[in-house]
Amino acid sequence: MEVKLLTEHYDKPEFKALVGYKKLGGYDTLKKAFGMKPKEIIEIVKASGLRGRGGAGFPTGMKWSFLPENNEPRYLLCNADEGEPGTFKDRMMMERAPHQLIEGMVISAYAVQSKKSYIYIRGEYTESYRTVEKAIREAYDGGFLGKNILGSGFDHDMDVYSGAGAYICGEETGMISSLEGLKGQPKLKPPFPAVKGYLRKPTIVNNVETLAAVKYIIRDGAQAYRKNGTEKSAGTKLFSVSGNVVRPGNYEIPLGYPLKDLIFNLCGGLKHGRKLKAVIPGGSSAPVLTADEAMRATMDYECLAQMGSMLGSGAVIVIDDSNCMVDLMKVILHFYHHESCGQCTPCREGTGWLDKIVTSIVTGHGRLQDVQLLEKVAKNMMGRTICALSDAAAMPAISFVTKFRDEFEFFVREGRSKVKKEGYNYAQMHH
Amino acid sequence: MTSTFQLSEEGAAFVKRELNRYEDRHSAIIPALYRVQKENNGWVSPESVTYLSHLMDLPESEIEEVLRFYTMFNTKPVGRHHVQVCCNISCAMNGGRELADRLCQEFDVHDGEISGDGRFTISRVECLGACDKAPMMQVNDTFCEGLTEEKAIEILREMK
Ligand SMILES: Cc1cc2nc3c(=O)[nH]c(=O)nc-3n(C[C@H](O)[C@H](O)[C@H](O)COP(=O)(O)O)c2cc1C
Ligand code: SF4
Ligand code: FES
Repeated sequence: MEVKLLTEHYDKPEFKALVGYKKLGGYDTLKKAFGMKPKEIIEIVKASGLRGRGGAGFPTGMKWSFLPENNEPRYLLCNADEGEPGTFKDRMMMERAPHQLIEGMVISAYAVQSKKSYIYIRGEYTESYRTVEKAIREAYDGGFLGKNILGSGFDHDMDVYSGAGAYICGEETGMISSLEGLKGQPKLKPPFPAVKGYLRKPTIVNNVETLAAVKYIIRDGAQAYRKNGTEKSAGTKLFSVSGNVVRPGNYEIPLGYPLKDLIFNLCGGLKHGRKLKAVIPGGSSAPVLTADEAMRATMDYECLAQMGSMLGSGAVIVIDDSNCMVDLMKVILHFYHHESCGQCTPCREGTGWLDKIVTSIVTGHGRLQDVQLLEKVAKNMMGRTICALSDAAAMPAISFVTKFRDEFEFFVREGRSKVKKEGYNYAQMHH
Repeated sequence: MTSTFQLSEEGAAFVKRELNRYEDRHSAIIPALYRVQKENNGWVSPESVTYLSHLMDLPESEIEEVLRFYTMFNTKPVGRHHVQVCCNISCAMNGGRELADRLCQEFDVHDGEISGDGRFTISRVECLGACDKAPMMQVNDTFCEGLTEEKAIEILREMK
């Protein structure tokens, strides 16, 4: 069953504008938050067990408490770069419920005592940008942003910023560079943004969904939030389901929910009565699960980690038996090659090699040793770079080859797909 | 100043405002480049970078660096309509790549190039965050979702 906590009012168009949002209880939680001490809010968020919804799943309250105890100005950045292939939840959240995000952000900003925040929205999301920008204006007019918000004595300014097409700007230090008007290249950590971030000042970076969830944690309390989910994966989460299911879309479910039920009940199963072959459970960076694994998986951080994959951004890509795994891996590796920012040799060279090798296989020029070579190149890319993009390319590559080795070997041997009679013809692609 | 490009009066005023909008002046580079692209038929020419450098009082090299890094800035001319077809995973699984090929064929244009009549540039792009409505394309600012090849062709035929 879906549990609509964040998405309760998403079907009501009036929820988008300030008037409608307020009628449905909007900004009441902000009033409540101002009755608490900032430290108290951080403690509640810690106790709620909320983990970052942007991909890494880091505990939010803990991240907030890494801020140094001093009077330096500090920034709150909302990561709305949403570039992980398969993910489309932040776009919906911004377009249907911009005030929910703003309210969550002002509460979070108050908790970490930040006077300025930015929402960094990926460049292609022009509709989200317009919607959020308008809502920010409304919030200023309504007294929910600016000086002395609701008579609390707390000041906060918020603005939007548009990216310009670069997946790597979703990585938090890349995003900070981009917001500073530079190339969006990641920086080595430490120092972590909480200590030295935007303009070298302490900075908290959180995903759209994380910040929106804070509102509900403060509204209902940590214990109520924990009623959904598991011990280590508390609360609800939005999952973007796409691929070969009957009803693709965003679904808010309690963490720990069986993947099988998500696919076969909520999403109506597979189209055209086809059979399940594989599932990518957390965006294209997450190692693929076989159908067997998928039937046993529950959608929480610990189960997917234990299966050697990850929950990531919550993008569930459902793959039926008409797909060729070699072909899909080519699509994924092309993406990482294209998006590598090129600073680190293992990533720049590795993503290039992976793309090249799998391309030679799908165009019918593969050699038997290429299958092993894919694995070897991928292994050399891991744990050696400035940011996690290199691993994000290597991990799915290894999982595809190890779990669907027969398809790779068949392609090399026969020069054609084991699955598709007429696969996508790469040779004919103009470039 | 030898550069031939100039923003409109409102455009220049916009850039000046952006310079003061953020904590750091450099943050105005991306919005300024968007503005130039909008006023320069969809692309950013070398002359316009020189122009921006004067207007913003920032070195050309810094603007150039940003320009080259981001894929949404075009550094060569594009058609009147920029058609971006998603060919990433969920779209690929639902015919996105075939759609891109078909559109190129139908409008007689190679991937990333301008059609003879100047109407279209068709490019293959990465996931645009509309995977539940695959296959999809973005035409200028607009997302066109849940496409079939016929539907997509019809949409483009309407565009002059
Ligand atoms: C290559 C790469 C891309 C990323 N893209 C995104 C993204 O689009 N959105 C996002 O919220 N986090 C993204 N992240 C994760 C961020 O670095 C960061 O962990 C996150 O924004 C923190 O917020 P959270 O703790 O609320 O999840 C990405 C990380 C990497 C390595
Ligand atoms: S790992 Fe790749 S994307 Fe990340 S900083 Fe290094 S080269 Fe850039
Ligand atoms: S894969 Fe095409 S929009 Fe996401």
